[in-house]
Amino acid sequence: MSKPTDLLQGTLDLLILRTLSAGPMHGWAVAACIQQVSQDVFQITQGALYPALHRLEQQGWLRGEWRKSDETGRDAKYYSLTRAGRAQLERELAQWERLSNAVGLVIRMAEE
Amino acid sequence: MNVERWLDIVRLRVRSLLRRGAVEREMDRELRFHLERETTQNVSRGMTRATAEAAAMRRLGGVAQIQEECREMRRASLIESSIHDLRFAGRMLRKAPAFTLAAVATLALGIGANTAIFQLLDAVRMRSLPVPDARELGLIRIAGKGGFGISNYSDNLSFPLFEEMREHQQAFSHVFAWRSGYANTRIGKGGDARRATAVEVTGDFFSTLGMQPAAGRLFRTEDDVRGCPAPTVVLSYPFWQSEFGGDYSAIGSRLTVMDHSLEIIGVTPAGFSGPEVGLHFDFALPLCSITALHFGDTAPFNRRDYSWLNVMGRLKPGWTMARASEHLQAISPGLMQATALSGYSRDSMDRYLQFRLEAVPGATGVSRLRESYDRSLWLLLGLTGLVLLIACANLSNLMLGRAWAREREFAVRLALGAGRTRLIRQTLTEGLLLAAAGAVLGLALADGLSRTIVRFLETEGSHLDLNLALDWRMLAFTAVVACVTCMLLSLAPALRAAQGHPAAAMKAGARGLTADRKRFGFQRLLVVVQVSVSLVLVAGAFLFVASFRRLVTMDPGFRAQGVLQGNFELGNQYHDDAVVRQLLDEVRATPLVESAASTTNFLIGSGMWSLVARTDAMVRDARFTWVSPGLFATLKTPILAGRDFTANDSRTAPKVAIVNEMFAQMFFPGVDPIGKTFRTFPEPDYPEAVHEVIGVVKNTRYFALQSPETAMVYEPASQFPPGYDGDKMFIRSSAPLMAVEAAVRRRIEGWRPGTGMRFQGFERTIADSLMRERLLAALSLFFGALAALLAIIGLYGVLAYNTMRRRNEIGIRMALGATRSQIVGLVLKEAAALIVVGLAIGLGGALALGQTAASLLVEISAHDPKQLGAAAVALSAAAALGSLLPARRASRLDPMHALRDE
Repeated sequence: MSKPTDLLQGTLDLLILRTLSAGPMHGWAVAACIQQVSQDVFQITQGALYPALHRLEQQGWLRGEWRKSDETGRDAKYYSLTRAGRAQLERELAQWERLSNAVGLVIRMAEE
Repeated sequence: MNVERWLDIVRLRVRSLLRRGAVEREMDRELRFHLERETTQNVSRGMTRATAEAAAMRRLGGVAQIQEECREMRRASLIESSIHDLRFAGRMLRKAPAFTLAAVATLALGIGANTAIFQLLDAVRMRSLPVPDARELGLIRIAGKGGFGISNYSDNLSFPLFEEMREHQQAFSHVFAWRSGYANTRIGKGGDARRATAVEVTGDFFSTLGMQPAAGRLFRTEDDVRGCPAPTVVLSYPFWQSEFGGDYSAIGSRLTVMDHSLEIIGVTPAGFSGPEVGLHFDFALPLCSITALHFGDTAPFNRRDYSWLNVMGRLKPGWTMARASEHLQAISPGLMQATALSGYSRDSMDRYLQFRLEAVPGATGVSRLRESYDRSLWLLLGLTGLVLLIACANLSNLMLGRAWAREREFAVRLALGAGRTRLIRQTLTEGLLLAAAGAVLGLALADGLSRTIVRFLETEGSHLDLNLALDWRMLAFTAVVACVTCMLLSLAPALRAAQGHPAAAMKAGARGLTADRKRFGFQRLLVVVQVSVSLVLVAGAFLFVASFRRLVTMDPGFRAQGVLQGNFELGNQYHDDAVVRQLLDEVRATPLVESAASTTNFLIGSGMWSLVARTDAMVRDARFTWVSPGLFATLKTPILAGRDFTANDSRTAPKVAIVNEMFAQMFFPGVDPIGKTFRTFPEPDYPEAVHEVIGVVKNTRYFALQSPETAMVYEPASQFPPGYDGDKMFIRSSAPLMAVEAAVRRRIEGWRPGTGMRFQGFERTIADSLMRERLLAALSLFFGALAALLAIIGLYGVLAYNTMRRRNEIGIRMALGATRSQIVGLVLKEAAALIVVGLAIGLGGALALGQTAASLLVEISAHDPKQLGAAAVALSAAAALGSLLPARRASRLDPMHALRDE
């Protein structure tokens, strides 16, 4: 089992925000979605997922809401992006763009 | 957009603070839902229900840990986690009410005692006068306690010197003066006459202090002019309230002072109790009124050798106190030259010319209390500090014990994922809670304690008026003490809690075969500290009590029991031969009175009176007292040789003197002093004269029991140079002094109606003069006993705990044939080691600290081996008693029981 620190904290936040930008989801679905979309590259430690969700909620990026889950018909806590969360996602995406571009540049230079 | 987000944040914070239960439940439900979902998926992949659940659990990891982390996320604010810690600490303390009660009570006592002493120090030494810009006030005095003439050893100024200084100084915008100590003054008429306290001040006193009247007006310069044609009076606020009910019509009405009717012109502001800390005044008079109210006596204003004025000034802008002081020093030679003395011996006059003035910060006023109690208060603060230290060591030990008892709890919590910092914080919070509770209670206790001490120090004649109200200095002091206490209390247990290794702790908890040495090392160290510090305190207590006992039981050379001191106001008949003689005869003729004698000085508790005596071989100052015949019989001071004075030793007869043994040995060593003569150096009113020694009396104490015996001379009151003096009297009777006083009052009232009279038992006067020693003895004894008790409880605790931890070992020893007395010996040996090391260190401490107490000890050395030894013996006896209990319990162990019970 990989440790939470394996995934950069900022990256996990970005992944969660991006996943939730598709619509409200509960915690398990977020984990499943990330794992599926990343083709099993990111096996999010569920131990890290929930503290991250709570932190993002606490910071006002996410809003938690209890409602009936479609699959089981039981109450689940659905997270959705707040407006501030959307803006935060934009910022984090831009940041990520810059970072990966920079990393790319360095790697290509090293190849030459 | 940000507003919305902040609202969200605040809502969530408040929710997790206030609706803890709901938040917890939700967290639970959320994770349970997750597990269910995961399980369902696993089942759909073909697992059985049970394996699916287990796999889901495994994947999620420790549920409790995740919950704790989520909590940590939600609890981003420090406040919430602190509240949590506080709640937890509160719960832990509630679960051990006996411990909590003992701890809080001990701390309240310790902190309360410290705060009380500090409160007194604050009141007498640190509080500023309640006047605007008190920092600009400077006290102007003669450097090095010069003083002169009849008021020797004083740093006050004479009136001519004050005027000369006022004229020539440039550092102060204004200087003002008042009569040092307050005057005990008669007010009212005839039968209604009673005593009140007056402060006599110069005209610019109030304006320079910057005070506004509560009613009417205060003195101005024109109220204080030489001669005082129509003296007026300003009331203090409390006096105005109590005597006139705060009625404004009092302004303009009249107050009878020393039989003079004076106009009331105003009232001082409410908070002002005068420039002398600890004293209060009822009303203020202009300085010039002294002449008018005391039968035209102008001597205080003309005499250059009467040092009776306290002087203060307000600095000019831009001047510092140091510069002002230098300035005064620089102009001093001129001032002294201009006010040079005459009529004294050459030496004395030259010494006067050497006097220098200085200025010191005067913001806190002047205080006789400060001079006499400063050192004792600091010492007491030290003592109480040590008591608190012992209390902390004791509680720290108890908390360590609790930490070990909870070792498994800590271990389990560590294993379950609790952070070490959290554990440390929780232990610290427990300490903080205890210290805070102790401080709050202590603060309440301190107020009562300091008031009790003040009442204790008050005497009939001197009402102490100290401002003991809470101020920021006291609160800050208490807060600091509480913080230090908290650190002392909980640091060791906190570090201990954090060091624990879960696995080791669980094991150790299960099998405590032998106690590991390191862990008990610290506890032992604490006990050693307690024993040594309490030895210092006990030794101090023994020394102060011994010092006080010696003062009380010493032979002062007279017998104060059954002696009444009387003061009679004869007005302008003060030196009238016939009246003074008649007064003494009337008192002697009063029923119940066995003997009576007049004196210029009550020996103890009143001033000093010195003249310089000279023979061909010797020049030295001696204490002079002028007395009527019969004084030695009244005081029961034995006349060792020669005779007492008689009525024949009149003004016209040759001058005679009775000297004490010390004077005889100094001036006439090895020869019979009777019939020998000595001369006195001249002073104004006291011309040079030859005196013949006619008797020798036993040495007596003079001025204070605390002062060593000194060379003394008695002369007949009828030969007192300024005129027959007899308004002070010693009266002996075996009847109760109250009855004697009433009889004398009746007799004198019948003989000379309207004579003012005051009486006090001589024993009472002496007891009052030992106030400081009594206070030190009582408080140091109390603190010493408290310290010893705490130390012994600490020792007992460690031994008892240690014995319990070693019960397996003891069981084995007993099973192998050790006898009970061997087991008792085993425990006592451990105790003895701690006690001996503690005593050795404590003895060193007592010797080192003795020096600071030396000046407060009378008749005994700070290193008195008998007292130090007695302290050590007493403490070790008590400690032995304290360790016998756990030793006996150890020896009563049933070996089978001890071995089985693991």
